[in-house]
Amino acid sequence: MSADKIPTVVVDDLHVRYRLIRGARAGSAAGALLSLLSGKSPGQLIQSVHAVKGVSLTAYAGDTIGLVGRNGSGKSSLLKSIAGLLQPSQGDVYTSSQATLLGVTGALNKAVSGNRNITIGGLAMGMSRAEVEDIRPGVIEFADLEEFIDLPMGTYSTGMQARLRFSIAAARQHEILLVDETLSTGDTEFQERSQTKIRSLANSAGTVFLVAHSQTMIREVCNRAIWLDQGVIKLDGETAEVLDAYDADIQEKKAAKESGQ
Amino acid sequence: MTDNSVNRIIDEFGLVSASKIPSLGTYLKQTWQRRDFIIELARARSTAEYSDSMLGRVWQLLTPLLNAAIYFFIFGLLLGTKKGIENYTTFLVAGVFVFNFMQVSVTLSASALPRNQLLTQANNFPKLVLPLAVVLQQIQQYFVSLAVLIVIVLLTGEPVTLMWLAMPVVLVLQILFTTGLGLIFARWGANSRDINQLLPFFTRSWRYVSGVFFSITVFTATFAEWVSTALQLNPGAVYIDLVRDSLMTSQTNEPIIWIMGVSWAFLFILFGLIYFYRGERKYVS
Repeated sequence: MSADKIPTVVVDDLHVRYRLIRGARAGSAAGALLSLLSGKSPGQLIQSVHAVKGVSLTAYAGDTIGLVGRNGSGKSSLLKSIAGLLQPSQGDVYTSSQATLLGVTGALNKAVSGNRNITIGGLAMGMSRAEVEDIRPGVIEFADLEEFIDLPMGTYSTGMQARLRFSIAAARQHEILLVDETLSTGDTEFQERSQTKIRSLANSAGTVFLVAHSQTMIREVCNRAIWLDQGVIKLDGETAEVLDAYDADIQEKKAAKESGQ
Repeated sequence: MTDNSVNRIIDEFGLVSASKIPSLGTYLKQTWQRRDFIIELARARSTAEYSDSMLGRVWQLLTPLLNAAIYFFIFGLLLGTKKGIENYTTFLVAGVFVFNFMQVSVTLSASALPRNQLLTQANNFPKLVLPLAVVLQQIQQYFVSLAVLIVIVLLTGEPVTLMWLAMPVVLVLQILFTTGLGLIFARWGANSRDINQLLPFFTRSWRYVSGVFFSITVFTATFAEWVSTALQLNPGAVYIDLVRDSLMTSQTNEPIIWIMGVSWAFLFILFGLIYFYRGERKYVS
């Protein structure tokens, strides 16, 4: 840890627990009545998932960090916590400025036009009206929606909606950028374009955390990688080193599974 | 990493906790910085509400008029609750419009956070923005209703008096109170969907005790004095009364109602803001 590096994100012993409410709402009315009569407390219907179990890390300006790990290893929860969108159950996250999470289903209002949604989306990210007007032409062009931009969003296809959301979120300069590519959709052509966009954003942003579909992208863009396994950091270091270890582990598990059959 | 080294880094580089609530002052400042966002959300809601219907925004006028007509038919003509009230038409329409604003604002505030879950999952902003946008949209609708009311007031032969000047003050007080009550329900409704099931019973009971379509003094004549006083001092009745007092010459102007109008407004807006603010971190999944 050299002295001239500027820390932008500090994650300190972060724990995230989700509480899932099961049964109470999903069941039938009769079932609900029965469980009431039998004196079962509603607490029994709440299930807790411990998604992140004590993660600590420091990211510096200029870092582009790839996150790898299996489904459910806590990648998305970690990103959401850094963005302040999840409340930690223990520990905390400290940032030098508000981090933006790209790729989450940004809510747009289906009853109003694409153009109005650009305004809402931009303002939701904290832009001023003038800034929104600055990005508007670029957003429309990138989303490739010139002909449809004045139609209500409800008339758009799922792909078109996804394109608009991504374009709005990507239209901004970020000091801390969190990209969860696995959450975004769109056709193959747009995915390619969005990957190019993510690369250029990663180059211009101060600190980037990236969850990507492809390891190739992480190897190409990231100078550092973190391997999460069941909510804890298994390895944190140079991209090649971490990804090679992760790959080896996947192969090993695969081989073990096959020989076990 | 020891706690000490974390604290040292945080202090040295001025890092801010992503999970702790800022001070109330900072929180309100951050909300104020999002005022354009609040306005845009309110506008989008208005557009969305009327975009599916053929008549579109005409409903903004039609809805209050139809409401008034139905209440006039049922209560004025069928049930005869107009006993002892001069200019019952204006009396009733004022009651319906003033109460509806409070009822709809509070009901929609209760679901403001769950309804905008997708927005809050992707963007970090003070959640206060959401109930405020709801109330702002209702204020806009309320002003349309009030324009209708003024026409009815004039058509029923009420003179324009100096008391009309009190209307802006009454409206500010009523909006402060309604926002405050809405914020309390917004926090309750954020984490419990059951509130939305219970709310109609609350607002319906409140409507019946607030003298929307009858005179509280006339109808509680056979009850103990305190019953009548309690009903008249409840915020619903107070703001209805203040509007009627300002626009109708036949209504009496009592200082205690004014005192209550000011008290309820400041009590609820202060409590509502603080109560909602303290729950800020509970609104994230």
